[in-house]
Amino acid sequence: MSIKKLAIAGAMAAMMGAAPAMAEMVFPSLSYRTGPYAPNGIPFADGYADYFTLLNERDGGIGGVAAKVLECETGYNTEKGVECYESTKGQGALVYQPLSTGITYQLIPKASADGIPVHSMGYGRTSAANGKVFEWVFNYPATYWDGASIAVNHIMDLEGGSLSGKKISLVFHNSAYGKEPIRTLEELGKKHGFTFTAIPVDHPGQEQKSQWLQIRRDRPDYVLMWGWGVMNSVAIQEAANIRFPMDRFIGIWWSGSENDVLPAGDGANGYKALALANPGGDYPIYADLKQHVYDTGKAAGDGSNAGTVLYNRGMYAALLAAEAAKKAQEIHSTAEITPAMMRDGMEALNIDAALMSSLGLPDFGPEFSVSCANHGGSGIGKVQQWDTSSKKWTVITDWISADRSVIDPLIAEDADAYAAENSITPRGC
Amino acid sequence: MSPAFLNFVEIVLNGLMTGVMYSLVALGFVLIFKASGIFNFAQGVMALFAALTLVGLQTGQVPFSHLINAIFGTEIHHWGGGMHTVFAILITMAVMIILAFLIEKIVLKHLVNQEPIILFMATIGLAYFLEGAGDLMWGADVKVLNVGLPSGGSFWWEDVTREWASTGSEYWGMYIDKLDVTATVIALILVTVLTAFSQYTATGRALRAVADDHQAAMSVGISLRTIWVIVWSIAGFVALVAGIMWGSKSGIQFSLSLIALKALPVLILGGFTSIPGAIIGGLIIGVGEKLAEAYVGPLVGGAIENWFAYMLALAFLLFRPQGLFGDKIIERI
Repeated sequence: MSIKKLAIAGAMAAMMGAAPAMAEMVFPSLSYRTGPYAPNGIPFADGYADYFTLLNERDGGIGGVAAKVLECETGYNTEKGVECYESTKGQGALVYQPLSTGITYQLIPKASADGIPVHSMGYGRTSAANGKVFEWVFNYPATYWDGASIAVNHIMDLEGGSLSGKKISLVFHNSAYGKEPIRTLEELGKKHGFTFTAIPVDHPGQEQKSQWLQIRRDRPDYVLMWGWGVMNSVAIQEAANIRFPMDRFIGIWWSGSENDVLPAGDGANGYKALALANPGGDYPIYADLKQHVYDTGKAAGDGSNAGTVLYNRGMYAALLAAEAAKKAQEIHSTAEITPAMMRDGMEALNIDAALMSSLGLPDFGPEFSVSCANHGGSGIGKVQQWDTSSKKWTVITDWISADRSVIDPLIAEDADAYAAENSITPRGC
Repeated sequence: MSPAFLNFVEIVLNGLMTGVMYSLVALGFVLIFKASGIFNFAQGVMALFAALTLVGLQTGQVPFSHLINAIFGTEIHHWGGGMHTVFAILITMAVMIILAFLIEKIVLKHLVNQEPIILFMATIGLAYFLEGAGDLMWGADVKVLNVGLPSGGSFWWEDVTREWASTGSEYWGMYIDKLDVTATVIALILVTVLTAFSQYTATGRALRAVADDHQAAMSVGISLRTIWVIVWSIAGFVALVAGIMWGSKSGIQFSLSLIALKALPVLILGGFTSIPGAIIGGLIIGVGEKLAEAYVGPLVGGAIENWFAYMLALAFLLFRPQGLFGDKIIERI
């Protein structure tokens, strides 16, 4: 009898063990909280995690399913990023946010083969905006090439509509990321008649004397920057040292965080950067975050990054992932979605002002929609400017559009070349 | 003078001063290698750790506050208004001495008579430990360092040199960063003090004796362990100076530890055992890489100075394997 009881108990235990766990939506976060790029990786990762925590605590998850952030440390190292992907993809990963252009380049073929979407938000391979070729990769709401064009359009506004005879230099991180805008800027230079010079800075960019001596000699009218990490703060300091006019120094959105300008002190006053979304913490969502996440001790960090540019961007990335997941649930009429369903949700994403207001972030980011052909979003951005006295970024323009007549053919050309190299038949959409 | 020639002079001057910044890092390596034969992989991280501690003390940050808050649910971050820079530097120096003592006690003592590669591996471990400890103590956010050093281009020098250009030529004057000039002066003082210390003090002579022959030094009563603590303390001080100089440019962030990479070609060129070698090596590397970047870089797409520094150092090695000022090893069979 006792043996029978034991057998029943064992069988029940086995059944309990084998019973399906409560369903979870897994959102891997390839973060970097250590190494030279940690100061930027931490606020992004915190924002990404805190938004999902908010959804779990306030709304009971997404469509009733809890969201789980699976964080894996990459140290902004491409090899580690790939290892993170390989070690987490089997755990139900719905969408990857690599937070590195180098890692994104490596994941594009892998994730496409595995059928898991990648969202390189405002970074990564620009031509992935072509959804016909890059079925599993998304880079909405804007790409690097959009960024280059937005910066040039802003300069044109300042120059009264003509850039003929002007000189524009690009200081860039000598990596896949930093090299992305060069082709676009060359094309824009031909179109608008400005002279373009590209000036590379090697990783990590702690020493940039040569580059800024060259800029001092060349006397460009404007300097653009595609930097990351310490490269940004050193460049801003060097620009201040040679007394380059800061309002003519414009960084991409990855060169426009508080970390980049604070070390340069007063010298950074007037420095500009592009913005994918608004800076600051003056949004209704922050009251919810305080109530459900910060005050309950569930925040990913110590709360000191809330409202900073990169925290907001991490939060925005999570918001876009969550909204795509909701869309996928809606399309497929199921709460428990697969990566393929997630991809469908991302492709049907429609972000408008009403939705952003309902999510507690009114007038925060651009309105855009994603489609089978367009994975890059609306391609618009704003310009923000640093004010040293208030230690705050202020948005100084409305949304600026990219020059689609230049960008779209470049995207088509690069995507077609990728398709030919990899024997991909573009989708008919 | 033609603007092209003045530009050349400007590049050379800036290269020399950048070289001094490299030398500041290289000096720490030389001091430890000279006294103990250890290539201290952790020298760059020591500069980071020292700078983090300095800013933490300056700003009144509570060390390990993140850990304390996570464990005890508290909300402590700062103890008050911070500390005067002079006191902060002195206390940081004390921290670096304690660190030297602990390194000797916990790591080096147990590795006496081990192969150099074992000691080198130990310093790699030390580098990772210190980086993690620095993160845990002071946080990973970018910190602003201000110890009152002048920075920015010199107006006076620009005005003076603008006059040197040929009449009618478009020349803006020569650029020199005041922080680099300050670093040069500090490096000169540092080398003078270190040289005087090793030549004219009993401890300095003991250091040199240990550097020449460990066994012989011990046989005349010199304590190897004490010498190691002293030399790691001095290297800690040099790391603090390097951390202040580099941190004033970029803020204190974890990439500061990578400045060690800039010191390696200096060491290869100058030799691992020579203080003047670290300085001269730094100057040659600084000038060489800046000239290469300015005149060769544009022909090959730029960003060549990092690898060019190593190329230059390796070229020197072909003629002097021990480096410019390194000790020549004579093996008698």
